[in-house]
Amino acid sequence: MAIFTPESSTLGQLTAQRRFKNGFATVLVYAAFVVALIPLIWLSYTVITRGIDRFLIDENGDANFNLDFLMQSMRGVVGGAITGGALHAIWGTVLITLTAAVISVPIGLLTAVYIVEYGNGRLKRAVTFFVDVMTGIPSIVAGLFAYALAAVVIGPGTKTGFTGAVALSVLMIPVVVRTSEEMLRLVPNELREAAYALGVPKWLTVIKVVLRTAVAGLSTGVTLAIARVIGETAPLLIAVGFADSMNFNLFDGRMMTLPVYIVSEWRKGDAVCNDTSVPCLPEITEYRAWAAALVLILIVMTLNLLARVISRALAPKTGR
Amino acid sequence: MTITEAREGPVAQQRPLEASKPSRANRSFAGLSTGAAATILIVLAAVATFLFVEAWPAITDSASLSEHVGWIRPEKGESLIELIGYLLFGTLLISAIALVLATPLAIGIALFISHYAPRRLASALGYTVDLLAAIPSVVYGLWGAIVLVPFLRPFFAWLTENFGWFPLFAPDPVTGLASPTGRVALAGGIVLAIMIIPIISAVSREVFLQTPTLHEEAALAMGATRWEMVRMAVFPFARSGVIGAVMLGLGRALGETMAVYMILSGGFSYSFGVLQSGKHDTIAAYIASQFPEANNYGVSALITMGLALFVITLLVNMLARWIVSRRSEFSGAN
Repeated sequence: MAIFTPESSTLGQLTAQRRFKNGFATVLVYAAFVVALIPLIWLSYTVITRGIDRFLIDENGDANFNLDFLMQSMRGVVGGAITGGALHAIWGTVLITLTAAVISVPIGLLTAVYIVEYGNGRLKRAVTFFVDVMTGIPSIVAGLFAYALAAVVIGPGTKTGFTGAVALSVLMIPVVVRTSEEMLRLVPNELREAAYALGVPKWLTVIKVVLRTAVAGLSTGVTLAIARVIGETAPLLIAVGFADSMNFNLFDGRMMTLPVYIVSEWRKGDAVCNDTSVPCLPEITEYRAWAAALVLILIVMTLNLLARVISRALAPKTGR
Repeated sequence: MTITEAREGPVAQQRPLEASKPSRANRSFAGLSTGAAATILIVLAAVATFLFVEAWPAITDSASLSEHVGWIRPEKGESLIELIGYLLFGTLLISAIALVLATPLAIGIALFISHYAPRRLASALGYTVDLLAAIPSVVYGLWGAIVLVPFLRPFFAWLTENFGWFPLFAPDPVTGLASPTGRVALAGGIVLAIMIIPIISAVSREVFLQTPTLHEEAALAMGATRWEMVRMAVFPFARSGVIGAVMLGLGRALGETMAVYMILSGGFSYSFGVLQSGKHDTIAAYIASQFPEANNYGVSALITMGLALFVITLLVNMLARWIVSRRSEFSGAN
């Protein structure tokens, strides 16, 4: 047993070398954080400044604030005409994402209830493991799966909004299960025992006590899951395809969605402007892509904020 | 001893009472939730099955495949299996670039939030980094293709001029210069790195925060500086958790489609020249680029590629989960 005086420690004197290493590491750690913020700020700045352009130029090419982009589809829009918007894509995104949520939320929630409240033995372990595995399915594989499913069940080449919703569900279910499971685990066991002691059957305890207590976390989880899949592009590119017109029917024909709209406008490249008599802008496709990106990011950020608000508003009152 | 027995008594008596008459509602709700859990397994099995069914024609009938699909050319060494080889190499190369760039940064960020940032700011700063994960990949692709690639082009040119002797930065053998478009594997890897940073740092952060406070205090009490405390107490505890986090990031990078599709100009080779365009492509990006125009045979071939990607990411993710779960068993921290 060594005896330590206040001047020395087990690690020896605080030499200049140790001091330097500590300072150097601190600088590196701070720098890592700053470096990670650069793309976030840069990207947000680019999307906002370029995305707003489409809202500032009207169909005659004059500087006028307008919301045409949110009120028009791409039907009949050709060349560099300064018209055309993403209304059809916004509707497609909303319909497909909601359908995906309607499929995934009950399955995901009930699976979480199974894992936390009922599960035991081999099935529980298998489900927990495969939910984790499912989290890692590449989004394009989910799209290929939905396409293959429709090809086998309905016929080759079937691309409808519902196929896309199935693809998104494959990606969304594990997210819902994971977050709901964590929220259900946070419900104190005393609450369950109190309900049992009053003679409440288990299924009512789960619905009225456990789910009610966890409702804030569950809504937050579902909102975040929606925010995650609403920006998915690859599965919709595969399973839903492109469209230029409005389509409200999930079971018939292709639909446009916001992420796919961004890709398709970007792929068109610059428009050709030969006729000088009509207003024309070669870069209009790029402007549309940025404007759609802005709308998409605003939707995702709103959902993220909403999730925080929900978790604040619905959280059960605790002592803290 | 007697007190605990007395307390356990009534509970032990209640159990058979409850089990003796399970109501119909009780049983049906249990059945419903078990059914939902079983659905997960069925869905996963269905993914594998339907992909396999649709891929089967391409796997078995290579003759009519090369006849009907323009981009499958066995005579040029580009049969389906050879294409998958090239694409697999490209996928792994670009994911490796992303991992090499992202891992140190993500660990630094996680450490900043868990041990360096002021306590009050830490959770807000963590939320900011999580926002990076909320941005859709197609927006990263658009930004990468239109803004980042032109910005990086001079840097790529500088790299080939000064470090061209290094195999990774070798110039194009034909022109002797870096790619004039900048749509190269390194650009794709950089954007992928930005996309996987939030995943790696979120998981690492959780693991770092679980370090037993007593270990940290013991290190500090021995006179360790903060960095020495991190090296002696935090890193050994978190090692396997961080490895698992990196593997999860790898799983995401392997399957990422849109960013690579929009940034990279594709091609087939086993070249390590990450600054040459038209040399690499990834499985996911190739599927996305060919799928809209593919005929039935082409679709079948692309689904075969998707099946290969599915199997690889499945293996990577299972390995990652296994490493993470093994860690929690040993450390006793959950």
